Amino acid sequence: MKKEKNLILKKNKQVSEKEIKRKNTGRQIMAVTVFFTCLFLGMAGYITHYSVTHKQELINNSYNGRQQMLLAQNKRGSILASGGEILAQTILDESGKEVRDYPYENLFSHVVGYSINGRLGVEAQANYYLINSNAPLSEKASLDINNEKYPGDDVYTTLDVDLQQVASTALGVYKGAIIVTEPSTGKILAMVSKPDFNPEEIEVIWDELIEDDESSILLNRVTQGLYPPGSTFKIITALEYMRQNPDSYSNYSYQCNGSITRGEDRIQCYHGSVHNSVGFTKSFAKSCNTSFANIGLSLDRDAFGNTLNKLLFNRELMLSMPYTQSSVPVSSDTTDSDMMQISIGQGAASITPMHLNMITCSIANEGMLMKPYVVDRVENSAGSVIKSFSPTTYKELMTPEEASALSSLMTEVVTKGTASRLNGLSYTAAGKTGSAEYGTVKGDSHAWFTGFAPAEDPQVCVTIIIEGAGAGGDYAVPIAKRIFDAYFGV
Amino acid sequence: MELYVSEFSKYVIALLIALYTFESFMVFRFKDEKRRGAGYTRQSILMFALHFSCFIVICFETGDIMYLFFYAFQQIALYAAAMLYRLLYPASNRLLVNNMCMLLSIGFIILTRLSYNMAVKQFIIAAGSLVVALIIPFFVHKFKFLKNLQWIYALVGIAALSVVLILGQTTYGSKLSYSIAGITFQPSEFVKILFVFFVASALYRSNGFFEVFTTAVVAGVHVIVLVCSRDLGSALIFFIVYVLMVYIATGKFRYIILGILGGSGAAYVAFSVFRHVQVRVQAWKDPWSVIDSAGYQITQSLFAISSGGWFGLGLYKGTPDSIPFVEADFVFSAIAEELGIIFAVCLILICLSSFIMMMNISVHLTDKFYQLTAFGLGITYIFQIFLTIGGGTKFIPLTGVTLPLVSYGGSSILTTLILFSVTEGLYIIQEDEELLKRQKKKERLRKKKKALKKRMLEEQEPDEEGEESDFEEE
Repeated sequence: MKKEKNLILKKNKQVSEKEIKRKNTGRQIMAVTVFFTCLFLGMAGYITHYSVTHKQELINNSYNGRQQMLLAQNKRGSILASGGEILAQTILDESGKEVRDYPYENLFSHVVGYSINGRLGVEAQANYYLINSNAPLSEKASLDINNEKYPGDDVYTTLDVDLQQVASTALGVYKGAIIVTEPSTGKILAMVSKPDFNPEEIEVIWDELIEDDESSILLNRVTQGLYPPGSTFKIITALEYMRQNPDSYSNYSYQCNGSITRGEDRIQCYHGSVHNSVGFTKSFAKSCNTSFANIGLSLDRDAFGNTLNKLLFNRELMLSMPYTQSSVPVSSDTTDSDMMQISIGQGAASITPMHLNMITCSIANEGMLMKPYVVDRVENSAGSVIKSFSPTTYKELMTPEEASALSSLMTEVVTKGTASRLNGLSYTAAGKTGSAEYGTVKGDSHAWFTGFAPAEDPQVCVTIIIEGAGAGGDYAVPIAKRIFDAYFGV
Repeated sequence: MELYVSEFSKYVIALLIALYTFESFMVFRFKDEKRRGAGYTRQSILMFALHFSCFIVICFETGDIMYLFFYAFQQIALYAAAMLYRLLYPASNRLLVNNMCMLLSIGFIILTRLSYNMAVKQFIIAAGSLVVALIIPFFVHKFKFLKNLQWIYALVGIAALSVVLILGQTTYGSKLSYSIAGITFQPSEFVKILFVFFVASALYRSNGFFEVFTTAVVAGVHVIVLVCSRDLGSALIFFIVYVLMVYIATGKFRYIILGILGGSGAAYVAFSVFRHVQVRVQAWKDPWSVIDSAGYQITQSLFAISSGGWFGLGLYKGTPDSIPFVEADFVFSAIAEELGIIFAVCLILICLSSFIMMMNISVHLTDKFYQLTAFGLGITYIFQIFLTIGGGTKFIPLTGVTLPLVSYGGSSILTTLILFSVTEGLYIIQEDEELLKRQKKKERLRKKKKALKKRMLEEQEPDEEGEESDFEEE
């Protein structure tokens, strides 16, 4: 009897062991199922994310045939200024062929760009919108009946025709660049780069441009032109000095006798002027090179390098147009000689007008840089907004206190310093001039001005460079005045 | 009018497939196949509506009403297949049948749009395959000796693959197929199923180290022959299926670790030795740098996927033809472009729900051989989908396998239909097992009660009459 019971128990045990094993296998199968389910959900998520985020980028790829398909179906949309003026449109010529028409010819050559032989400017940046059509279904249907193309969507820019005209005329025959922006939003109001070209003739002049290696006509000097910043860089040197001497910078004083020598290296004030005894503000307003070289030598170089990186030097910018990176290499390895040069924006320092304008804008906007943008909104043929771009913050480049201190320094430049041609007007301007020496011949210099107005409540920000013109105060400041005048309507 | 149809239909089609997908997951709420019935019926209606609306769009876009006849044939074939299945196998799993028909009709739709001739060819092969598929569950159910043919599976499998390696036609650097009497076969497709049967029959009784080792050798031969034929996608499927089946057979996680290590080693060797593997990996890492050579296919596929948006450009509105071999390896991209991302994601989910059902069947099977077979077939199915969709979207490197039931390709269609039908057969076995279990349970219960009653009668206690009467009711 007992034996029998044991046998049953043993059998039961075997059965339950088998059962446990079976349950384990079941659990393992479920684990594999869960694994593949997660893998597939991940893949579905990836595909969705990829397709949504890369839609525009991929349609602009020249290997993508869908672009041709869209162009065969839609007529390329127009590009318009903020006031509604047409900057680019597609019309039919006498033979019924589609041609791109630019009513202002050379005026917007770089910023609006062209759309044949590659693309440039807004034509490139907003290509996706221009070749797509969101026309109302009823309109499309009636066009279908007549066998006509659908109208592509229209792109409204932030550009102001009057300001662009004034800036272009003021620059005249000089090579150079002008950018006008709204510091509180980042809107680009005008962008001029010279020499320019007529985008309608791009096919005709193309071969000539490509063959000529020296030619830089297609280069947008605002974003792609690298220049020595010259004295405009003193804004940054001054900011760093204030950061490293927050309590004592206003007590700074220096005896300028026209030059400073460290070893074999000598820095002179512009055109050999002598500023005698200068404080911090006067050094800035008078743009005293020797004093700033002296300031530069006193700075901690690693900290300075750090500040430069935070001000977007030596790095990529978040810009939706092609640009060149500005470069100012400063670290503990920097020699005294290089440091003196860099403090006054010479030597290894280089910057694009766009970048200088961005720094100026952040000063004008209490330290906060807004992302510069040129495409404001996209509308369909019936005038409904398809997509609109609102101002976005880029980064806080400095504290509001630092911005306000720099703003006072720059106001001083206008009232008592090198930009005095802007003094005593119906608006108060603030800014910094620069005369950046280049090449080997002594005295050849690019004229710079960067600044904003009104100083107490900045609405517009202007950065100007005129290649090889001479002193910034003499050549760039008058252009700034014409642009400010136009903006404020005086 | 045409414009309104194509614009409006986009949303209708997306809605229909979304609802269908929803239903195909909702059936898992119920354990009992009978209670799932209503969901299955709704699925059939949605499937019909989707198939019909897509062909209406095709007629409008091409201006050719003749496509409706083609549609009618498809609809009749699919309907007949589904009906016959239910008639012949009342215990069959309807989710698998529905999903099978749904995927086939999606395939017909996109192939008709890509190439009418291919679609017709595909339809004829599919119709023939459906007939074959109808008798398979019967074989699986009745022929118990399938368990004991392990060496036959292995020999036939390796022989078929070797014949291709030696005599096969080279298509674009890979030896994939050979022709008999004008019909081209791609044996690696069929061998997948044989391989699953081989591993299951070799491991179901005992799963000690010796058995694992011998099967590993056979699996290795399969993989090596495929690698030599440059059919990397299939080689990878065999490998993964083998490793996971060993894991389930033995219950030892260390075999997965071993598999990962061995697989990585083999992948490294393949990468260093074979130039075409390097090209594939390069084209995956940065296709844009080789856009006019090795990266062409994948970048064109990415263009297609990204241009459709949520609802797609609409049938005939895109340019999926710009992807080389779109109908076989990149059919998913064509679907994403013209029918939209919502549709494409739903397609992935439908495949996933079929897989989950297969795994569900495997879990509930008591017989180890059948359990392993169901599991192996499920992995074969889902991993191939992972390779083709993942490869076409730059999620993983491209290996060039088909999307089961949707892509163009006779061998692929026939194999997948067999795979689904074998799983159906296994499901019927599972239902049998369940029935048996339930009967046994009842039997046991009855015996127990009888014994209890007997004892009570022996003790003769008149007070407990009430309880006694309870038993009598039973």
